Amino acid sequence: MNERAAAEPQIVAEDLVKRFGSFVAVDHVNFRIGRGEIMGFLGPNGAGKSTIIRILCGLLRPNGGRALVAGIDVASDPEQVREHIGYMSQKFSLYRDLTVEENLKFFGGIYRVPRRELAERVRFAIDMAGLRGREKALVATLAGGWQQRLALGCAVLHRPPILFLDEPTSGVEPTSRRRFWDLIHALAADGVTVLVSTHYMDEAEYCHRVALINQGRIIATGSPEELRHTALGGELLLLECASLGPTLAMLPQAPGVLDCSVFGNALHVLVRDAARSLSELTTYLEQNGLRAIRIERIEPSLEDVFVQLIAADMAKRRAAA
Amino acid sequence: MNEPRRPIVEANGLTKRFDTVAAVDGLSFTVDRGEIFGLVGPDGAGKTTTMRMLAGVMAPDDGSIIIDGIDVVSDPEEGRQHISYMPQRFGLYEDLTVDENIRFYADLFEIPARARDQRAARLLAASGMTAFRSRLAGQLSGGMKQKLGLTCALVHTPRILLLDEPTTGVDPVSRRDFWRILYGLREDGVTILITTAYLDEAERCNRLALLHGGRVLYCDTPAALKQHMPGAIVAIASSAGREARAAIATLEGVSHALLVGDGVHAVVDDAGLRIPALRNALQRANVPFADIAVSEPSIEDVFVALLENEGDSQ
Amino acid sequence: MKLRRLKAIAVKEVLQIWRDPRSLMIALLLPFTQMFLFGYGVNLDLKHIPICTFDREGSQQSRDLFKHFQASPYFAIVENVRTYQEMVTAIDRGSCSAGIVVPPDFSERLNDAGTASVQAILDGTDDNTANIAWGYAAAVVGSYANDIQIAALDRQGRALQQIQPLSVQSRVWFNEDLVSRNFIVPGLVAVILALVGAQLTSLTIAREWERGTMELLVSTPVTSTEVMFGKLLPYLVLGWVDAAFCLAMAALWFAVPFRGTLFALFLTTTLFLALVLSIGYLISVLIRSQVGASQIALVVTLLPAMLLSGYVFPIDQMPVAVQNLTYLMYARYYVTIIKALFLKGADISELLTPILFLVIYAVAVVALAARAFRKRLT
Repeated sequence: MNERAAAEPQIVAEDLVKRFGSFVAVDHVNFRIGRGEIMGFLGPNGAGKSTIIRILCGLLRPNGGRALVAGIDVASDPEQVREHIGYMSQKFSLYRDLTVEENLKFFGGIYRVPRRELAERVRFAIDMAGLRGREKALVATLAGGWQQRLALGCAVLHRPPILFLDEPTSGVEPTSRRRFWDLIHALAADGVTVLVSTHYMDEAEYCHRVALINQGRIIATGSPEELRHTALGGELLLLECASLGPTLAMLPQAPGVLDCSVFGNALHVLVRDAARSLSELTTYLEQNGLRAIRIERIEPSLEDVFVQLIAADMAKRRAAA
Repeated sequence: MNEPRRPIVEANGLTKRFDTVAAVDGLSFTVDRGEIFGLVGPDGAGKTTTMRMLAGVMAPDDGSIIIDGIDVVSDPEEGRQHISYMPQRFGLYEDLTVDENIRFYADLFEIPARARDQRAARLLAASGMTAFRSRLAGQLSGGMKQKLGLTCALVHTPRILLLDEPTTGVDPVSRRDFWRILYGLREDGVTILITTAYLDEAERCNRLALLHGGRVLYCDTPAALKQHMPGAIVAIASSAGREARAAIATLEGVSHALLVGDGVHAVVDDAGLRIPALRNALQRANVPFADIAVSEPSIEDVFVALLENEGDSQ
Repeated sequence: MKLRRLKAIAVKEVLQIWRDPRSLMIALLLPFTQMFLFGYGVNLDLKHIPICTFDREGSQQSRDLFKHFQASPYFAIVENVRTYQEMVTAIDRGSCSAGIVVPPDFSERLNDAGTASVQAILDGTDDNTANIAWGYAAAVVGSYANDIQIAALDRQGRALQQIQPLSVQSRVWFNEDLVSRNFIVPGLVAVILALVGAQLTSLTIAREWERGTMELLVSTPVTSTEVMFGKLLPYLVLGWVDAAFCLAMAALWFAVPFRGTLFALFLTTTLFLALVLSIGYLISVLIRSQVGASQIALVVTLLPAMLLSGYVFPIDQMPVAVQNLTYLMYARYYVTIIKALFLKGADISELLTPILFLVIYAVAVVALAARAFRKRLT
């Protein structure tokens, strides 16, 4: 995916900065997203994801750095940018007291989709959302998943090459969510560049690449796989044991153990080398009168990765201050 | 852990209607003493409504709630003495400082001043908020607000905690701190009932109930839940995800193929049986793939599979 | 009821009031501006009523009569006309509110028959002014008539007392100068306290529901009465400050004479404050939106208090049906009390009836509010 980004960058940010008074919302952010890529901006509320997207949509003016969307500079030509993008907001921005068809026609008008094409695009959107036969239904009567797909349809009526999705799956069921992501992948395969912002860690799984954002900075970028394996700085083990408390207290002193925390009914242990620790730890615990019921290697979650990276970032900031 | 189950919260046939829609529809579950119990489900599943009924701030249309032997529906005031509730929406006073908020809630529960100050100091230190004591609650970050909410809920040492989506949108570090505090409470024997829309957070609970459409789909430990999953997940790592999916989707024994960022997750009936066939299909279609292996199902996988068995889908 | 919890609620409310500029503005600025505006703005006294004169005779007597009008502080002669037409035009134009006409045979009749009449033409579009102007004109003419009689008797060598054994002397009690301000300002204090009091408390419950803090509060063991009294206490203190300010302004700035006891004033004012604050609180309990509660509070207090409490418009001048309605108007009792305290120097024992009404009201509203407050979301 990185090759795509290098070859045909559709969205580029260079040293992007945005301040609100003394508060730095976006702190020297850099990224490149290529054609047909699905990029996820992952981070908690208030991290700066929405602010970055608003800058890219031409809704906010950056204080520093530069951003290019479809080759257009967002600071100098925000109106032009909007011709090339589609945007789907968290609350779906549909008119609940209008019908499916009316909403689509409305957005078609807003985006100035040429008359000849509008009928065909509306049909495409209805099919994509699976709403054939329900064109005259009021949006308020549709369940969450249907509204979500309809909102996506409204956002792509004018065939934008770039799509911004702001928390698109909040409040939507898992089955609908999967169906939605299928649609996104189909669009990406057709060459649409997609930028998604979300605070659901596991939503990252659906993206080609992910940027972890915290307090206005990107602290890591890469595919979910890359991040899981390289960013953690270790390997993760699951340890089920008889007495959680004492074991948790004991483990940090064990050889090769980097970190240890409770997770549900078991412990997650971060070690330098999983293969060695699997045997070493059982022995270590026995020597200290504690029993390990089960111990195995597990895949770290993106959240584990994020926490480690944030901790490292914080340490770096403190050192720099 | 085969200790005898000692229920401390029992909900039976809970029903609550808003206009004609039943937000909660015949919900039943039990929570054992000293466990962390999760009510898990997407938005609209009825989690918040259930929590409000448990806390006594909303009356059910039907059903019963027994908390520590008290019938909360007929005697909500008595119930309130035993529980501590943290609503989903930040319930503290934004125009009061951290200290003033804690003091207020301690006074509501008539905690003696010395005990209150000691406990407050300890709780604030545990969540790293000591430096923020004189800050107005409205000026705290999202994660800090949640930690403050928890601190106020804990200042009167409750035995039963009701937390409604306490970690939604919170940064991962605060989330981890939060769970560390919860695990510490569990060690002290506190029973915690927590709701979440993050299906992966469900794995942190002792037991959980999957909610959908106001009803309980399934109720057990995360491990048992995953074993209950019909079939298994096979993860195919490939850069050509769509082609891979196209190649295997119609094979025998494959009920689903889900596109993910780095490949495909296939839901099969028997992994050992089907993996060779999957491999062949991919090779025949000339689809490049880096790996193909059994993967542990996520709670979401289980959820979706169970939902399909129910025949519900949007 | 646990004192500790009540105190906690009160302390919290104080902190929130202190940090909320809007509450402070209502509490402090509003009474001040209202006292000023209405204290100076509403003035029922009429002085220097513009009149024109039509002297059809032009004699010594007619000129004497008009001199009396000139000397009176209640009239100001703006024009001397020569025809009825001019007079009508002047009144139509509005340059004068009345015209005094002396007939051409004035002095003749006076000297012959001993009686003569003077005509007053009044602008009836302002009924009030017309009535008052008529009264003043009659008084001025009466005073002239008196002077003539005395002069005539003098010429006859007889003293006045022998001819007129009876004299009617009118004396106005309690508001001797008939200064309308003395009559209006005390009532104004009542209206302001009613308005401000209800506004202050009308938001307190509604705001907590809207912000989501009430959901957490009701999940604790706190009781409805603890919440109510805990919240009302700080506003009562604010109310005392406001009342003290308004009353001081009435007595000191507007120089309305105060003849009652401070104790009686304090007691009755506290009672009234408790009532209006509870009314605002009740509104806040019933209406869970801040905007709605504030508007309802305004409607329920301002207009009824201004029109039906006896503040400016006397109750016994109203139609009987409306008079009966005013028994429901709680502000009426305090208006009665406060006017009595200021101008009559009344004792508590003389005010038992209105006090009793206030007590009944207060108890009823407080009880209603306590019951209406539900520790439930729906």
